[in-house]
Amino acid sequence: MSQELFTNLAIFVLSLLVGFEVMSKIPATLQTPMMSGANAIHGVVVVGAFVIAAEANSTLFYILAFLGAFFAAVNVAGGYTVTDRMLGMFDRKPAAKKEEADQK
Amino acid sequence: MSTLQTISSLIYLVSAICYVLGVHMMRSPKTARQGNRLSAVGMFLAVITIIVTIIIEGKIDAIGWVVLLVGLALGILYGFVKARKVPMTDVPQLVSLFNAVGGGAAAVIGIFDYLLKGDGASLSVAFSLPVLLDVVIGGITFSGSLIATGKLSGHVSGKPIEIPGSRILNILVVLLILVAAWFMIASPTNVWFVTLALVMSLAFGLLMTLPIGGADMPVVVSLLNAFTGLAVAFAGFVINNQVLIIAGALVGAAGTILTLQMADAMNRSVANILAGGFGTGDSDTGAAAADVPVDVKETSADDIGLQLAYAHSVMIVPGYGLAAAQAQHEVAELAKVLTDQGISVNYAIHPVAGRMPGHMNVLLADVNVPYEQMKQLDDANPMFESTDVSLVIGANDVTNPLARESGNAISGMPILDVDKSKSVVVIKRSMSTGYAGVQNPLFALDNTQMFFSDAKKGLQEIVAATKQYLE
Repeated sequence: MSQELFTNLAIFVLSLLVGFEVMSKIPATLQTPMMSGANAIHGVVVVGAFVIAAEANSTLFYILAFLGAFFAAVNVAGGYTVTDRMLGMFDRKPAAKKEEADQK
Repeated sequence: MSTLQTISSLIYLVSAICYVLGVHMMRSPKTARQGNRLSAVGMFLAVITIIVTIIIEGKIDAIGWVVLLVGLALGILYGFVKARKVPMTDVPQLVSLFNAVGGGAAAVIGIFDYLLKGDGASLSVAFSLPVLLDVVIGGITFSGSLIATGKLSGHVSGKPIEIPGSRILNILVVLLILVAAWFMIASPTNVWFVTLALVMSLAFGLLMTLPIGGADMPVVVSLLNAFTGLAVAFAGFVINNQVLIIAGALVGAAGTILTLQMADAMNRSVANILAGGFGTGDSDTGAAAADVPVDVKETSADDIGLQLAYAHSVMIVPGYGLAAAQAQHEVAELAKVLTDQGISVNYAIHPVAGRMPGHMNVLLADVNVPYEQMKQLDDANPMFESTDVSLVIGANDVTNPLARESGNAISGMPILDVDKSKSVVVIKRSMSTGYAGVQNPLFALDNTQMFFSDAKKGLQEIVAATKQYLE
């Protein structure tokens, strides 16, 4: 196993563990926004779209690079926007009132 | 490592930290929005870094820039407009659409790199295997999510679609994926095998989601969300980029936990859901009409209006039917008419009311229902005994007292104690069962009255009737 693959595998496994840990017990109210928020994060695939576009050198590769860029951009732009919109709806009440309601 | 690599790796690390902290903050309503924004900041940093990197490296040619920028611009425009315009009831299918494109992008990256590096060269397993996983998982997510989107938005029938011989077909598809996998590793220069792997994964995505009923779709969407995360992580292996690996794995793990919690809240197991063919959630089609409890009392909008006008406290119990009929505006209007007269109105929200956990809160918040009026299960249940009228709108299983007894499909599921209130009015399209397929004895109780109507139309009539008594 190459050093590179080993490092990447270690990062992968540890990130999985962090994901499990961070995600314990989500209140039901937040499950839909949370799913949408996680959805936005995998929009990071847009970085990969840049990487392949930089290497494209034939028609087929240009088409693939275009598809990758388009798909990833929809994911990242749409994902963050809709999550923010959803969470904004919980925000409309002043924070103080919210806390009061939470304590009850 | 060159200076450029060192700096970009460090910035990627910072953006990875932003994602982890962002997800962590999204666990509490108070910090959720900042959490999402922090994660967006991380994303912004990563994108800036890759832009600077490819400019400095200077490998990209003019056409590369054009396809990249045009693709990005169109994608951002489309995603942004969709996300701004979507009604809150349609969020689940939008998330599913974003899963599809995310998985699609990951698969494209895998194919691209395989074709580029496979050009005559012999490839190591360490390269072929991540490509394979990336393409297969990305492909399944792409087609599966598109079907899920179609089912949730009604373009594809929400009913479980049985494909004749689907078991044999499934086995065949999996075998072909394995064959493609074997040849991708053994004979890595032949591009046809990566194509075969892609096509078969797309087929598998269809076969997997078509037989699953519409009501279970949210859990499937969440599962495919986790899949997309994994596909992105493997794309990170392929192009050796750690920020993709970290973010992808984070979403993969977080999505898995979320899927389990959602399935748990719906009293279903993930394996059970994937086995398919259980129910549609839209079962108000009269399929179970033969087995109707006797002695239900029917009532009219006029009578409900009278009851509400003379009540002191009203509890609204919104369910799937309200979301499906898009009646949240009407329910908010009714609540306003009542509260303006000093009648106390609250909403009892079951964790899985709506299309998916937490969805009902979003829908009600969208029509300006005050946060204090939304009572979660544990807060709502003690309030029913002092409630004059409970108005159950398009909810069924979550109010079924049978859940307190053993030996049926919903035994042990947490329910709202609607039957303890002084009077219960149920607005429902027909007597058919909820998606658990169990009859609801609540409907036959002495203090229960049924109002058979579409939630939206029924509520409009009730609002009109109530106003008349309050004037």
